[in-house]
Amino acid sequence: MIGSLGFVLGTTLMYATPLIYASLGGVISERSGVINIGLEGLLAFGAFAGATVGYYTGNPWLGFIAGGVGSGLIGLIHAISSVTFHGDQVVSGIAINFIGPGLAIFLSRKFFSGAAMTIPVEYKIPKFLPGVFPKYSFLDNLLNQDWTTVIAILCAVVMWFILYKTVLGLRILSVGENPEAADTLGISVRKIRYSCVIMSGVLAGLGGASMSLAVASNFFPTLISGHGFIALAAMIFGQWKPHGALGACLIFGLAQALVIFLGSTSISISSELLSMMPYILTLVILLGFVSSANAPAADGQPYEKE
Amino acid sequence: MGKEYIDYDNIVVEMKGIVKKFGDFTANDHIDLTVHKGEVHALLGENGAGKSTLMNVLYGFYESTEGEIFVNGEKLTDHSPTNSIAKGIGMVHQHFMLVQNFTVAENIVLGNEPVKGKGLMDREQAIKEVRELSERYGLYVEPEAKIQDISVGMQQRVEILKTLYRGAEILILDEPTAVLTPQEIEELIDIIHNLVKEGKTIIIITHKLNEVKSACDYCTIIRRGVRIDTVDVDDVSQKDLAEKMVGRSVEFKVEKEELEAGDLILKVEDLHVRDNRNIQKVKGLNLEVYQGEILGVAGVDGNGQSEFLEAINGLRDVESGKITAGGVDITYAKPKDVNESGVVIIPEDRQKRGLVLDFNLAENFILQKFKKNPFASERGILADDEIYKYGERLIKEFDIRPPKVKQLAGELSGGNQQKVVIAREISNVHDLLIAVQPTRGLDVGAIEYVHKSLVEERNKGRGVLLISFELDEIMGMSDRIAVIYEGEIVKVFKAGEATEKEIGLLMAGGEANE
Repeated sequence: MIGSLGFVLGTTLMYATPLIYASLGGVISERSGVINIGLEGLLAFGAFAGATVGYYTGNPWLGFIAGGVGSGLIGLIHAISSVTFHGDQVVSGIAINFIGPGLAIFLSRKFFSGAAMTIPVEYKIPKFLPGVFPKYSFLDNLLNQDWTTVIAILCAVVMWFILYKTVLGLRILSVGENPEAADTLGISVRKIRYSCVIMSGVLAGLGGASMSLAVASNFFPTLISGHGFIALAAMIFGQWKPHGALGACLIFGLAQALVIFLGSTSISISSELLSMMPYILTLVILLGFVSSANAPAADGQPYEKE
Repeated sequence: MGKEYIDYDNIVVEMKGIVKKFGDFTANDHIDLTVHKGEVHALLGENGAGKSTLMNVLYGFYESTEGEIFVNGEKLTDHSPTNSIAKGIGMVHQHFMLVQNFTVAENIVLGNEPVKGKGLMDREQAIKEVRELSERYGLYVEPEAKIQDISVGMQQRVEILKTLYRGAEILILDEPTAVLTPQEIEELIDIIHNLVKEGKTIIIITHKLNEVKSACDYCTIIRRGVRIDTVDVDDVSQKDLAEKMVGRSVEFKVEKEELEAGDLILKVEDLHVRDNRNIQKVKGLNLEVYQGEILGVAGVDGNGQSEFLEAINGLRDVESGKITAGGVDITYAKPKDVNESGVVIIPEDRQKRGLVLDFNLAENFILQKFKKNPFASERGILADDEIYKYGERLIKEFDIRPPKVKQLAGELSGGNQQKVVIAREISNVHDLLIAVQPTRGLDVGAIEYVHKSLVEERNKGRGVLLISFELDEIMGMSDRIAVIYEGEIVKVFKAGEATEKEIGLLMAGGEANE
C-alpha cells in the first residue's frame, strides 16, 4: 500500500514537472501583461531541441539548456509581434503553437535522416538521490526524482521570491496591471515585457526538454499532446501566481499518475477512458473553479504610447 | 488664493513659442507661458483647446514641433518624462495612473523603490517614507491600503504624493476636480494651499471657471491652440473668463418663456426596482411629467436614478408598479417598444450607452431605425446612400464638428459626441425626452448648447425629464423639481418655490420646512 502511494506520488511529480515549467512560463509572461497561449508550441520545440542536442553532444544537461535557449528564441518571436508590433497576442500565440511543432518536425527530418522523431539519447537527465534509499521503497519513489523535477520546484520558489520580494518583481507586476502607470514612472514596459516573454519561452523550453530528456528519452510528434494547454489551465487555476501554478500542476500530475497507476492494477477501466482523465479534469477545473477576476488587469492589452 | 507665497523674481517655468503639430493639425500654436515660484496658475480652455497637449510637452510626453522650454532658467533638451522628474516636474493625470491591486505605498514608491540589499524591496521603509511625506504636506493617506479599496479623492492624494516623493517642485494637475465630490474639492483646495506654502508651484489644467476663481492666482486662457490672454484671477469675473475661453459671450442662465403645461405624458406609479445585487433601489416611486415642461429630478448619485431610468427604457425588470407613456403601458416593454412609443433617452454615459464608438457618425444616427425604410430594403440590405444622406443632414442641422459622416464616434470630443446622441434621439418621433446627466464632462459652450436643446424641446410642447446630480443645472432648467432620496420622490416643487438650500437638505435625507 505504502509502496503504491510512493509510486503514485513519485509519478505525480514526474508528470507534473514539464507542466510546472510551462505553467511558470505562462505566469511570468502574463504577469507582465502578455498572454501566452503558445506554451504548447514552446514545449514541443524545447523537447525537440533538448533531445537533439542531448543526442549529438551526449550530454543531457547541454540538451536541457538547449531546450531553454531554443524555445527562448521562439518566445522572442512572440515578444516581437506582441510588444513591438502590438499584435493580437492570442493570434500570435496560436501561430507559435503551429511554428513550434512544425519547426521541430521539419528540423528533425533534417537532422535524423527523414525521421519525424529523434534517436533516443544515451544519457538521460540524472536522478536527484540515486541509491540513497532502497530501490522501490516509498522514499525512493517519492524523493529520488529527476534533477529536472527538483529544478522545476526551485524555479517556482525563485519566481515567487522575485515577484513578491524584489523591486524587479514589483515592476513586472505593475507592468502587467497598469503599463501606463509604470511607463510614466520611468519603467520600461518594453524591456520588461520582452524579458518576461523570452523568459516564458525559456521556461517552457526547459519543460519540453525535461519531457524528452527525463520523462521520455527522445522527441516524437505526439510527445507533447496538450501539455501546454493543461499548463495554461494550471496557470489560471493557480490564479497567475507561481505557487498557485505549482499546486495546480501537481493536481494535474496526480491525475496523470492515477491513470498510470489504475492502468497497472486489476481494476478494469478502459484505457481510453483513463487517458482522458487529465483532459477532463482540465475542463472541469476550468468550468468550475476559474474566474478571470484575478488575471493581471492589463493581460492581453498591447501597450502603445500615445 | 492669496498671493503671499509667490516669488516674482523666480520664474520656474518659461515656455516660449511652443508649437505642437499632430500631422497637419496644430494643437499648440506659438504658446507662451510664464509661471513663478509659489504660484497657482490655471490653464483654462475648452476640451480640445490644447491645454493638456501643452502640459504634456512640458512634462516631456510629447516633443514640441517648435519652441523652447526653460525650467528654473535652464533650457530643456532631450526632454522625456524621466528627466522631467529629475527637473522637479510632476504631473497628476486626469485618469489616475495607479495599480489597483497594489498598496498606496507600493504605488508611490514604484520605479524608485527603497531597497535593502541588492534589489530587495524594503516595504517597511516605503511605508515609513510615505507616512512622513503625507504628514509633512497634510495629505492624509493609509499607506497599507490597496488602491481598489480607497475613494477617488484618496487616489488623487496618492497621485500627488507620487510626484512629491520624486521631489517634484512644480506640479501639473490635469482636470483635478473632474472626478471629485464637492467636499473633496474643498479638501483639494486646502491641499493646494499647503503645497504652495511649502514652496511648490502648481499648474492646474481646467475648464471650470469657479475653480479658477477659488483656487488659482493667475490664469492663462487657451482657445483652439492659441494663447488668448494671461490674467490676474482677482481682476476678472467668471463671465469674462468664459468669454475669453469660448470666444463669444456665454449665457449662464437659459432664457425660457412661461408655458402652460399640457397633457400628462409620463406617469410612474408606485415603482419598485432592484439593482444587480438584488437590493431594492427604487422603492415606491411616483412621478408625473406633462407636455411643455421640464421636470428636473434632483438627487445625489446612487439614490435609484440609474435603476429608475433603466426601468423606464426597458433595460431592467420592474418588480412592481406601473409606467405609462402617452397612455401606453410600457412597464414591461422592451427598449425598442419604449422607443417606438415616443420616449427618447439621452443616457448617462454617452460612451457606453449612447454611442457605438467604433461606428461612424452616420451609422450611429440610424441605430434605432436601420431596419426601416429608407435605410434598408425589405430584404434587409442597407441603403448606404440614404444612410449617409441622412447623416450629412443631421451633422449640418446640429453643427457637429468635424462635419465628416465617416468619422468614428470615438474620435469626437465629448461635446460633439453628446450632440450626436441628441441629434439621433430628438430626430425620432417622440413626445417625451429623458436626459440623464446630459452635460457631464462638457465644457461651457457645449453645456449651453445642450441646455438650449432641452428648452427647445419643451417649447415644442414635449415633456422633458431631466435627471442630474448637478443641483445648479436642475435649478436653472426645470419648471418643476422633484427630489429623489433613497428610491422615492420625497417632494415636488414648482420652480422658484424652494431655495437651493431646502432642496439640498431634502437630497441629503433631511426634512423640508413646510
